[in-house]
Amino acid sequence: MDRLKALLFLTSVVILLCLPAFSQTSIDSAAAVKPAVESPAPPTDVVAKDTKNDDGSALDISWQLSPDDKRLVTKYVVLRSKSPNGPFVGIGSTTKGQDFYTDNGDTVGVSYYYKIAAVNEVKLTDSTSVTGISESQVVGPIKPIAQWFNMRRLNVFFWLLVTCAAILFYIMQAKSGKELYVRKIAGIDAVDDAIGRATEMGRKVFFVPGIQDMDDVATIAAITILGRVARICATNDTMLDVPVSRSLVMVTARESVREAYSKVGRPDAFKEDQVHYVTDDQFGYAAAIDGMVMRDKPAAMFYMGGFFAEALILAETGNNAGAIQIAGTNQPAQIPFFVAACDYTLIGEELFAASAYLEREPRLLGSLKGQDFAKGLFLLAIFILLILFMFGINWVTIMDVS
Amino acid sequence: MNKYYSWLILAALIIVVAILPKPLVISPTASVIVTILLGIALVWVLVLTIRGHLIGRRVVFLFIGASLTLPFFMNFEMPIKVSPEVKILYDALAKLPPGSKVLAAFDYDPPSAPELQPQADAFMAYAFKHDLKVIIMGLWPQGPQQANMSIDKVLQYPEIRAKNPKYGVDYVNLGFQSGNEFVIQRMGSSFRGMFPRDIYNTDYDKIPLLNGVENFSNIDFVFNLSSGYPGTVEWVQIAVDRYGVKVGAGNTAVQAPSVYPYLSSRKLTGLAGGMSGAWQFEQATQQPGKASTYVLPQTFSHTVVIAFIIIGNAALMVSYRRSKRGEA
Amino acid sequence: MKREIPLIITFVAGVAFVLQYFIPHYPFNRFENIFSDWFAIVGAFAIWLGALSLMKLCLLNISKKSHDWPISLLIIISFLSIVIAGAIDGFHGLNSVPATSFRDPGTNFDWFYQNVYTPLSSTMFAILAFFVASASYRAFRARNTAATLLLVSAFFVMIGRVPLGDYLSGWLPERMQFSQWANWLMAFPNTAGQRAVMIGIALGTVSTSLRIILGIERSHLEG
Repeated sequence: MDRLKALLFLTSVVILLCLPAFSQTSIDSAAAVKPAVESPAPPTDVVAKDTKNDDGSALDISWQLSPDDKRLVTKYVVLRSKSPNGPFVGIGSTTKGQDFYTDNGDTVGVSYYYKIAAVNEVKLTDSTSVTGISESQVVGPIKPIAQWFNMRRLNVFFWLLVTCAAILFYIMQAKSGKELYVRKIAGIDAVDDAIGRATEMGRKVFFVPGIQDMDDVATIAAITILGRVARICATNDTMLDVPVSRSLVMVTARESVREAYSKVGRPDAFKEDQVHYVTDDQFGYAAAIDGMVMRDKPAAMFYMGGFFAEALILAETGNNAGAIQIAGTNQPAQIPFFVAACDYTLIGEELFAASAYLEREPRLLGSLKGQDFAKGLFLLAIFILLILFMFGINWVTIMDVS
Repeated sequence: MNKYYSWLILAALIIVVAILPKPLVISPTASVIVTILLGIALVWVLVLTIRGHLIGRRVVFLFIGASLTLPFFMNFEMPIKVSPEVKILYDALAKLPPGSKVLAAFDYDPPSAPELQPQADAFMAYAFKHDLKVIIMGLWPQGPQQANMSIDKVLQYPEIRAKNPKYGVDYVNLGFQSGNEFVIQRMGSSFRGMFPRDIYNTDYDKIPLLNGVENFSNIDFVFNLSSGYPGTVEWVQIAVDRYGVKVGAGNTAVQAPSVYPYLSSRKLTGLAGGMSGAWQFEQATQQPGKASTYVLPQTFSHTVVIAFIIIGNAALMVSYRRSKRGEA
Repeated sequence: MKREIPLIITFVAGVAFVLQYFIPHYPFNRFENIFSDWFAIVGAFAIWLGALSLMKLCLLNISKKSHDWPISLLIIISFLSIVIAGAIDGFHGLNSVPATSFRDPGTNFDWFYQNVYTPLSSTMFAILAFFVASASYRAFRARNTAATLLLVSAFFVMIGRVPLGDYLSGWLPERMQFSQWANWLMAFPNTAGQRAVMIGIALGTVSTSLRIILGIERSHLEG
């Protein structure tokens, strides 16, 4: 009976391995009589263990390569079953020379058995091949387990705690009335002047909130700054135009501008079409704004949020139109372009700090102070690790907890 | 009136382009003469600037236009050196044995195609020549269409036509999936979950190439062509960092500097940046294509930009001199 | 209450998202997928708002005969052409066997894509070459030490990235040639700068996210 089972199993493995060939075309008559193919020696020392730091859907399988790995093996097939006697099903394969496979298709709590087949596959024609197979011992049972904490992210967790603690500490300090010093940022100080210039010239102010959607923090930071810009525009009775490239950003920005106009007691001056959708397409958006800028010749332009290759196209056109330009983005690659073409640029985190600077609200300023403190700790850590590295202590080896 | 002149110039240009014999390539001697003329014109602009006549941006545009178009008709040989980052990318591909599964993520759209399409062509040609199995996908809606254009092109190469790569066996196009980086995240557990059917509506399970491809652990290399978000940064942060797969990339020149930090920390396995990356990649893979014809225009345009930086500094000196005279 | 509900939703979603990053166990492992689905669904409905806003603005411009009304008319014609082409192709595709997509080669939509959208978009991207030149002409001037350093770096990267650099510096030892200078500048000073900016951005993102989750930062909700 066992022999029959083994024969059945072997047949099923062969059929499985040949499935791709069968599925292409019917078997070539020339290949009906297949030449014998030498089977490689089987892989040994198969080890299956739970994949660490996962949701219990994976197991790691490793093995010693077949002694014929270089000479005969074309691939290794990983076979899995819920019972030691099979049936074993091929769940994936690796190329020769590879001794590791992660099976991500497991169910938490279920026991599995594995074995590895070394395959020597020789192509006869485009659609037919012959294979020599040898299999390792069966290993198992092994159950995948879900972990409650991803230890590989321990370092991220540590720094997140430190950063959050520092921010919360300084927010509390600020709330208790302690005076906090924050350095000046020229780009933020220039916001009032830029809008003032537009008011004097009787021209528009353009606010471009980038091409990212509302799931990007930079866009949220941009909308925050927009609120402040809208308030100044509403007070000065300056026309504010906000062309956007995402519908959700349009909805949020519209509400923010509406609220800003209401706050300064001018809800009647707000027009819905001040905040309008243009297109989701990156360069379509750039082309549309370039057109508007050349026609309307705004006196001030704000670029805040996530920008990509369109950054310089927008900023150069604004420069050509003679507008005062203030930009801020979280995209490091675009900062040089804004620096070259704009009057003021908020670099990196300055974009996120802008709302705190503009509002001067103690709690927001406290968060900035905490952020700076965390940055100081980062620099200290980098410095210490650098010194350790110079003495031959590699921090990567120390921190690797996987 | 000026408006009409612009239209007239445009019409004249179109007529000239239409009646020119194609392909028009001028002799090496004529190429040298045109280059010298361009150089003399730049020196003339420099002299004008030093004498106090500052030039407008339209003159800069005119020179850039000339430096980008004229070299297409010239006949110069330019030696190409492969940069270390492109070499890393090529070496990673060269290490893959025949039959390796490579996931090709096309995360760009037509605007970036002039820079990225030559890289796509060179990669596809290399993959087919070396029997790599290519699984195509896109986080940008137009990405998979760009991939199809590339495949159609390389299938015309005689060497590849002889190999006769088959759809579903040697390559497959899974199409576009919305969700940005979340798609990569979910592919970590199941490719099938994100792409139940390929671009031609064939079930995932009915495609022979995808037999046994569950997630990143069944992928030997990821090649990402990216021009922004979502792109290389997301692939590195999720596929490399969380799932340990090797990722190499081709980026637009504008985007490339921002992924250098991942390159030096060895999270990113090679990078071809912009047009220069494209022609170096073609050179490394010994598959000269469209990018190699752009070497000359790019060389000329870089030289013209450098010339204008020098002219700009001459203008600065002139303004200093004037202000000093004013003070005196 | 109109203020509190968004703040509560923000707090709950923010905390859940942070937890799922560190806890792989069920149900936390499901959060990311659930939230991304919700975002996609809300975003899909919001597209209508955007399209309607665009159409409304254009129609208003035309009815008022604003100074740029022909452009508005062009937008409406372009918008409708591609939508109708895609809809017809999609309808045909659904009824054909096997089913085809409106994006398949040979469809009307594909014609627009290949012959209108692709050249127009590429043209916009190509304008960058001209703007890079004019911005370089204006910005790379040796006004002070920092600007001079920027100027010198720009020179080496630009000349070193094209074969001309090595042609001109061919008489120097290989590691002193312009391409090596460009590689060094990109691999070290550029990477160091990018990393510094990235660390700053990451901290700024954490700080802003924390302010939003805790409801300290709410100006994006109330102007």
